[in-house]
Amino acid sequence: MITIKELPDENLFTAGHTACPGCGVAMSIRNAIRVLGKDTSVYVPASCAVVFGTTFPYGAWKVPFFHTAFENTGACITGMQAAFEKKGKKVTAVGFAGDGGTYDIGLQSMSGAAERNEDVIYICLDNEAYMNTGIQRSGGTPFGAWTTTTPVGTKVQGNRRFKKNLGEIVAAHEIPYYATLSIGHPLDFIRKVEKAKNIKGFRFLHMFTPCIPGWKMDPAKTVEVTKRAVESGMWTLYEVENGEKKITFKPGKMKSVRDYLMMQGRFRHMSDEDIKKLQMWVCKKWNLHYKEKGAPEVCEIVPPEEHHAVTEEHREMHGP
Amino acid sequence: MKLVIKTVTKPGSTRANKTGAWRSFMPVFDHKLCSKCGICAIYCPEGVVYKLENGFFEPDYEYCKGCGICANECPKKAIKMVLEGK
Ligand SMILES: Cc1ncc(C[n+]2csc(CCOP(=O)(O)OP(=O)(O)O)c2C)c(N)n1
Ligand code: SF4
Ligand code: SF4
Ligand code: SF4
Ligand SMILES: [Mg+2]
Repeated sequence: MITIKELPDENLFTAGHTACPGCGVAMSIRNAIRVLGKDTSVYVPASCAVVFGTTFPYGAWKVPFFHTAFENTGACITGMQAAFEKKGKKVTAVGFAGDGGTYDIGLQSMSGAAERNEDVIYICLDNEAYMNTGIQRSGGTPFGAWTTTTPVGTKVQGNRRFKKNLGEIVAAHEIPYYATLSIGHPLDFIRKVEKAKNIKGFRFLHMFTPCIPGWKMDPAKTVEVTKRAVESGMWTLYEVENGEKKITFKPGKMKSVRDYLMMQGRFRHMSDEDIKKLQMWVCKKWNLHYKEKGAPEVCEIVPPEEHHAVTEEHREMHGP
Repeated sequence: MKLVIKTVTKPGSTRANKTGAWRSFMPVFDHKLCSKCGICAIYCPEGVVYKLENGFFEPDYEYCKGCGICANECPKKAIKMVLEGK
């Protein structure tokens, strides 16, 4: 397995790109492409990454790069890979799409490629909203978050829906590899990219990528916020290999979701009631996720006897 | 109608953008405190923290945007953010 010290120093995504200072997307792309290496051909749909990585007339990529529209990452990398195979080239097509381009508009195209088990790597850079067009809510936006389309007013404060469980949707295609990654956990990050690189078939890497203006946060805290996300259960690190799910990092003790929320302006308006709602949702997820067979409930923030309330509330909001 | 197609043909040409001009705080590395762990180099979103021949690390100020991540993450507190021009 490749270690951090063995990673090549050469930047395949060069400096001078125009991402905001502290951008989690830029940080993830840069490290992912270092592991993927030169025999990679990249596709990026409409998103921040296409703007800051290829601001005309310049380009940051040192590997072949392709861009067309917003909704077609799955289809484009399928076609690129087919061409490489026809020409006998040993190249892997890799798509780097945003959460809008994956959870929402690109879902059908991604699903098609996954279902056909195309021999490609699909990377979702999840910054939890449509950032490039000025912070609109997506299916990946968490409960309570402010965006320009889920404003904070007197009647409603922020997003009312919970983050869509994309991992389950992708894994349901029974693909060879799905993994969640966080740049705050670089060893786990590098291991998963390296693993995906060496598997055949459809591989999906789901990266948690903080956004400075979209999350209204201090640019110096990008890494810290991803660590808080994992410690609180807002983001979980796992992989599903041929249907088998494995937790790759379990935080020692569950931290309150409030610590994570208060680092970011997009959540700072949240009422105690809303924070509790979100905490309950996280507790439920945490228990499902980390509970080994027969082990006691692990969530320590909300007592187990209150967990049925979560289910009730969930039903009220989403139907049975 | 004349169709004009323009492409970006030079790989890595963003290096023409000297993003160091964006910075208001600059990271200053203190080698006396540094343990050469390389964490700063991994996390820099610009990829401009480089390893020197003596094993220590220094940023390329032509491109460093002054985000402060390296200083926030350095386990030895060997990096300080200093106001530009001071
Ligand atoms: C069909 C279509 N609709 C809308 C747009 C405008 N558009 C460009 S990028 C973007 C947002 C992308 O959001 P996301 O995929 O989450 O990537 P991010 O910018 O957040 O990294 C939108 C709506 C477009 N280019 N094409
Ligand atoms: S808006 Fe967010 S995702 Fe886009 S470049 Fe800035 S920090 Fe990165
Ligand atoms: S993170 Fe700090 S201790 Fe580690 S190499 Fe960089 S400056 Fe040195
Ligand atoms: S301040 Fe930010 S851009 Fe500058 S060297 Fe540190 S991490 Fe890189
Ligand atoms: Mg997005």
